[in-house]
Amino acid sequence: MSTALIQLAGLTKAYPGVIANDSISLDIQPSEVHALLGENGAGKSTLVKMIYGLVKPDSGHMQMNGHAFEPSEPRAARSAGVAMVFQHFSLFDALTVAENIALGMENPPAMRDLAARIREVSETYGLPLNPAAKIGDLSAGERQRVEIIRCLLQDPKLLIMDEPTSVLTPQEVDILFETLRKLKASGTAILYISHKLEEIRALCDTATILRGGKVVATCDPSQTSARDMAELMVGGTLATPTAKPMETGPVALRINALSHPAPSAFGMPLRDISLDVHKGEVLGIGGVAGNGQDELLAALSGEMATKPGAISLNGTDISAKPPRIRRALGLLAAPEERLGHAAAPDMSLVENAMLTGSVRENMETNGFLNWSAAKRFADHIISEFDVRTPSASNAARSLSGGNLQKFVVGREVLQNPDVLVVNQPTWGVDAAAAADIRQALLDLAANGAAVIVISQDLDELMEISHRFAALSEGRLSKPRDAAGLTIEDIGLMLGGAHGMEVAHV
Amino acid sequence: MIRLVKRPQPSQAWSYGAPVLAVAATIFFGGLLFAALGKNPIDAILTIFWEPIFGEFSFFYRPQLLIKGAPLVLIAIGLSLGFKAGIWNIGAEGQYIIGALAGAGVALALYPLESVLIFPAMILAGALGGWAWAMIPAVLKTKFGTNEILVSLMLVYVAEHILASMALGAMKNPEGFGFPGSRNLQQYASAHNADIIENSGMHWGVVFALIAVIFAYVLLSRHRLGFAIRVTGEAPRAAAFSGVNPKGLILFCLGTSGALAGLAGLFEVAGPAGQVTIDFNVGYGFTAIIVAFLGRLNPIGILFAGALMALTYIGGDIAQSNLGLPAAAIQVFQGMLLFFLLAIDLFTNYRLQIGAGETA
Repeated sequence: MSTALIQLAGLTKAYPGVIANDSISLDIQPSEVHALLGENGAGKSTLVKMIYGLVKPDSGHMQMNGHAFEPSEPRAARSAGVAMVFQHFSLFDALTVAENIALGMENPPAMRDLAARIREVSETYGLPLNPAAKIGDLSAGERQRVEIIRCLLQDPKLLIMDEPTSVLTPQEVDILFETLRKLKASGTAILYISHKLEEIRALCDTATILRGGKVVATCDPSQTSARDMAELMVGGTLATPTAKPMETGPVALRINALSHPAPSAFGMPLRDISLDVHKGEVLGIGGVAGNGQDELLAALSGEMATKPGAISLNGTDISAKPPRIRRALGLLAAPEERLGHAAAPDMSLVENAMLTGSVRENMETNGFLNWSAAKRFADHIISEFDVRTPSASNAARSLSGGNLQKFVVGREVLQNPDVLVVNQPTWGVDAAAAADIRQALLDLAANGAAVIVISQDLDELMEISHRFAALSEGRLSKPRDAAGLTIEDIGLMLGGAHGMEVAHV
Repeated sequence: MIRLVKRPQPSQAWSYGAPVLAVAATIFFGGLLFAALGKNPIDAILTIFWEPIFGEFSFFYRPQLLIKGAPLVLIAIGLSLGFKAGIWNIGAEGQYIIGALAGAGVALALYPLESVLIFPAMILAGALGGWAWAMIPAVLKTKFGTNEILVSLMLVYVAEHILASMALGAMKNPEGFGFPGSRNLQQYASAHNADIIENSGMHWGVVFALIAVIFAYVLLSRHRLGFAIRVTGEAPRAAAFSGVNPKGLILFCLGTSGALAGLAGLFEVAGPAGQVTIDFNVGYGFTAIIVAFLGRLNPIGILFAGALMALTYIGGDIAQSNLGLPAAAIQVFQGMLLFFLLAIDLFTNYRLQIGAGETA
């Protein structure tokens, strides 16, 4: 194993109350695409942060090319040849591609030279990108290319990618994989973090599976089934939510030629969206974030007023109705951003239960609030949705992402809506909690509610939707029956995203 | 390495302990300051904190506490509602002046008519005057997105000029031998905001301040509107999602704080001050900002903070005249109090971590 590019031996890192990494050892060879698999909280982030110099291990050691490798800060890791593309981009919308890249460099060259190098790298690796374009005008896939090129300019030996495909359309994923294969061919090793098993099977040479901070298995993903890997990740058998056969009811929510200008400089306008959602069905809306999802949710929740006649609920025009009236009439929503939008971070779960529950759960009389009713409702959500928290009086921000998401979805589901709209219901939630949330949405539809699920996770949408539509550039495709749709069909429905062609070699 | 780490939960113990610790720290370091100035620190501290309440002349100082504390509390309660929601009315001083002018204007217009209805009419006019002055930044903000901090602050200076014009012109006492200033409302029975109990300092402003405290307490803890204020301050997007109308909230918060400041101005001009003069306002509108934060935007806290602030003012005056302490030293002492409170209050939400920390 002396040929390994990087060797980790017995890396351990403990935080108060939890051992994030427990004696982890793994080797990454040059030209290897190495997958790091695990649920949220399995220790993937801590491990890569140690390699990238953000976190210091308590014990264990790392070697690079046979020499000790102990980066004290990211700069040291970068100069040793480690580069990382984070899941969340750190780019300034108002600056150009070249300016953003220069900001991340230790000694940026003159802007003209930098632009030339960006062009050169983007052509070599098949990442079409214009250095003079403003970030705010780019799609998520193009933004990711900016981050990747920023890394490639350092000529890295090891490239770490954290959930790179979570924001990409299927076609953009193809472009990315093409690039990664070229990098591999040129000798760069890639540490690829993901929970999308089919991708890992298609791309990676080796997979290390983490659970509870320990390495539980190392396998060759092309020889292992996705189901086996998932069960290794979860440490048990997975209960797959099942969509019951649907009996189409009457139209519950009708959107009729809804158009709305972009609410902010880098928002997305909604363009002529029409849609009928029936009682008893789950309608999936797929698409890459930033294509109008937030705006569509805001138009439905009532945060963004729309022109008369655009939205009607059970035959009543509600386009001009504020959020509280819409709730009273039975239209509930759960936005994507848990902290700060769906919930107030510093407020208790009781107060957050009051936030949207007050109208339908009889928590107020003449404007006066009944806190004991809110407490009961919060406790009800906590027990019904298995929210892990010491008590309902804990602040929302003290909960883990998955638990808070269960609380937020549970809060809306338990109010028995006629129509529920959820945006990214399982984003960043571990597999078991995600399955619970999906099952709850299916049960809600089975009991006669209309459910709209907006998600970037196509596997999720295929699993629970009866019908599927794609949102791209603020336009919604015609919904189609989900049964029988292939990933390729969906890719075509998502069509509008720019820069789709795989660059020619 | 020492670093601050955010607590997962705000600490209850620190929340209640912070004001006590802050007062203790102020007494300690203030004592050092007074000692460095060559005064006996224990004497100085006793003069500031003990003399006004229990000293030989406390019969004179105790009413002063109410007179100084009431406007501070009344204004600070109004400001705290907006501050909690992230709506920054910095111009309470202007609303205070306009409220006083509107209320006094009613009285001066009706002089020398005597009627029990005059004083209630003045109260109404005072509140309306302050409300209207605060509506200017409120409407500009909701219509054009202007910054309410700048607009409300600038309007203080406009109000001061209107006050000067009134004191020297329209409201000047026609029997005042040419001196600036209006008729003295203390000598106009129907308009005088007299002590409810003789020589207690307990005028109607004190009653309104107490009512405002109770009203704000119930509003914030029990009513939807108060909840909307709190959520808007904590997470504006979550508030909009829950159905709070941000524009309505701006109008309500600025309007209420303006009305309360106007009331404070009316009670002052019709009572302790008596006359509309060029400089009858003494900065209560600005000091109330400190009181609101000292009371941590909590109605009960503001009640105590107003009392404490009034105490240090009166005690500071006594220390100046009795011990010869410079006025600047008293101001530093008051500044210390605010500094320590805000500094110690940090530990409600953060804790110190000493030793190697992680950036995870």
